[in-house]
Amino acid sequence: MAKASLVSGSIWDEYSNIVVDRMNNPQHQGHITEEEAEAMNATLIVADFGAESCGDAVRLYWAVENGTDKIVASKFKSFGCGTAIASSDIMTELCMGKTVDEAVKITNIDVEKAMRDTPDVPAVPPQKMHCSVMAYDVIKKAAATYKGVDAESFEEEFIICECARVSQDTLVDVIKINDLKTIEEIIDFTKAGGFCKSCIKAGGHEAKDIYLEDLLKETREEMERERLTTMANAPKEDKADFASMSMVQKTRAIDAVVEEYVRPMLIMDGGDMELVDIKEENGNFDVYIKYLGACSTCSTGSTGTLYAIESTLKQNLDDRIRVITL
Amino acid sequence: MQVYLDNNATTKVDEKVFEEMQPFFCELYGNPNSLHSVGSATHPKIAEAFDFLYEGINADDEDDIIITANATEANNWVVKSVWLDQILDGEKNHIITSEVEHPAITAACNYLEKKGVDVTYLTVNEEGVLEADAVRDAIREDTALVSVMWANNETGKLFPIKEIGAICKEKGVLFHSDATQAIGKVKVDVQDANVDMISFSAHKFHGPKGVGGLYIKKGVQLSPYMHGGEQMDGRRAGTLDVASIVGMGKAMQLATNTMALAYEQNHVGMLRDKLEKAILKIPDTIVIGDRENRTPNTTLISIRGVEGESMLWDLNKNGISASTGSACASEDLEANPVMNAFGSDSELAHTGIRFSLSRFNTEEQIDYAIEKIKEAVERLRSISSSYAYTPKNHVSQLEHN
Repeated sequence: MAKASLVSGSIWDEYSNIVVDRMNNPQHQGHITEEEAEAMNATLIVADFGAESCGDAVRLYWAVENGTDKIVASKFKSFGCGTAIASSDIMTELCMGKTVDEAVKITNIDVEKAMRDTPDVPAVPPQKMHCSVMAYDVIKKAAATYKGVDAESFEEEFIICECARVSQDTLVDVIKINDLKTIEEIIDFTKAGGFCKSCIKAGGHEAKDIYLEDLLKETREEMERERLTTMANAPKEDKADFASMSMVQKTRAIDAVVEEYVRPMLIMDGGDMELVDIKEENGNFDVYIKYLGACSTCSTGSTGTLYAIESTLKQNLDDRIRVITL
Repeated sequence: MQVYLDNNATTKVDEKVFEEMQPFFCELYGNPNSLHSVGSATHPKIAEAFDFLYEGINADDEDDIIITANATEANNWVVKSVWLDQILDGEKNHIITSEVEHPAITAACNYLEKKGVDVTYLTVNEEGVLEADAVRDAIREDTALVSVMWANNETGKLFPIKEIGAICKEKGVLFHSDATQAIGKVKVDVQDANVDMISFSAHKFHGPKGVGGLYIKKGVQLSPYMHGGEQMDGRRAGTLDVASIVGMGKAMQLATNTMALAYEQNHVGMLRDKLEKAILKIPDTIVIGDRENRTPNTTLISIRGVEGESMLWDLNKNGISASTGSACASEDLEANPVMNAFGSDSELAHTGIRFSLSRFNTEEQIDYAIEKIKEAVERLRSISSSYAYTPKNHVSQLEHN
């Protein structure tokens, strides 16, 4: 991979012959008029989809046969690069003869695979995969128009990587099960992020609601919280004694729990904490702490992390402990 | 027919340059620093090459022209050495450049921003030009460097270097200009323009690839970028690439003499204008930037409804080489900052096609290119959803002219 990437050639060299052929001579470009649809005893559906970031746009025409929901004619117009034109042409062809319900199941992966010369060799270079997504999205728009519903209703999962069609739930599961720590590992395990790379972090080709970087960080934090909670839930014999301890003993007991369970977790993320004070308030033990290092600016300092620290102290010492940050 | 219209990307090596370089591979292959005649035999031609380089940009004999691998190295050298020399010691912390610089400047500045350097990226005006007043207004007490290109690689628009140079001189700020796209196209006179440093690459003016230069005015302090031997007076170590230096010298001589620049302005400019006018006869086409203060070989054209990469595809099939700033065509998929800097509608950023000519283009080639461009526009507009269904002006124009 390294050597190949050092001497990478033109991206056009990575297009399949089918892509080249469809770009040069698209078979289904054009439009369908109301009169033509009517002559076919069909309803005309026109749907537009535009990828704002790369400026590509596609318009899809369907003639859907009345009574059968079958797509009897399908045409497209496209403003876009070679891949966008070729994938729109193939997508239009794949719709032909299918019912609307069947067509809506066509994914960008199906479109890309239909453009391959040989089953194992991708039809387009990785950075062009997003162009096939546009063709997939316009089908959803057309089907939604026909059925009078929202296009998003066809999407059962929240997709993070549209090129590889990997959902958020799948990614979270794979990260947790395989203890993944890096983006490279995610790409190896799921292919998500391995194509146009827009889903890896902000600033790429497509703007996203959530990026792999964020998802990895959040999932790792969640895993850490789960680990701490499990640890905190482990039974401790001397828990009942906390209330009867002197203030010095309480301080030492809290410090001991912090040292054993809490601090190692905080240090892993470049942070730390110190115990500032303990006050008894209406039968509760209010433990005042101060975050240090990365913890002092961490977004979860007043939520998840605080909850984890409090749960750990409660579980190990006394249920009446409340942790307050300064 | 092959028609190469991508000379702002790179140029063919002039055969006269190639001839000059040949002896230095298998005959005069000595190391110039060796104390024997095999090495010293290279000296006369090296000296001649330096004469051509100094004459080409009107450098004073007391100034330095340091040979680098390319303008990217020269640009990086300037930015990073200013950081080492003036910023790391806390003396200054500010660099001024423009949004439309080559990545060799902007990416180097982005890198320094991560190190805590404050960088101002000035915007260009509606002509695609950086205004001198914008530079004046941006200069602060702690400004260490102003780095602004001489001519823009996409539009060919020339920046007011002399004016900006005067401002920097008045304010006592170091002034560097990336002159990569200017040399051989317009007169580059370092003394007249008040520049402290300029960068250039030989392959942009029919010299070989892999060699360029950094002009450094006498007295300008700049830490060496490559430490090692004492070559280049200790400013840039490494065994001299004699063939490349000789080639760059010859290329500079051929590209910058008065006759050559007049030919560039008249003949190349005439061909460019012919191409530009013919494309403007196609409805809904726009040339970015007027013809005033533009390099004579460059035209950046927006053809509404025709996506840049698909246009390149069709042109390439017909043997025509051009370039696009379209997002889809680049490996990193980011839209061209020059197109974005114009702040025009989003479609424009994806329809830009750059044609850049050279003295080796003929009228016959341009006629052929015009014919094939028209065919490509017709085909792609027939497919285009954008052109078929969006409102159009139907009138072509030179932008802001």
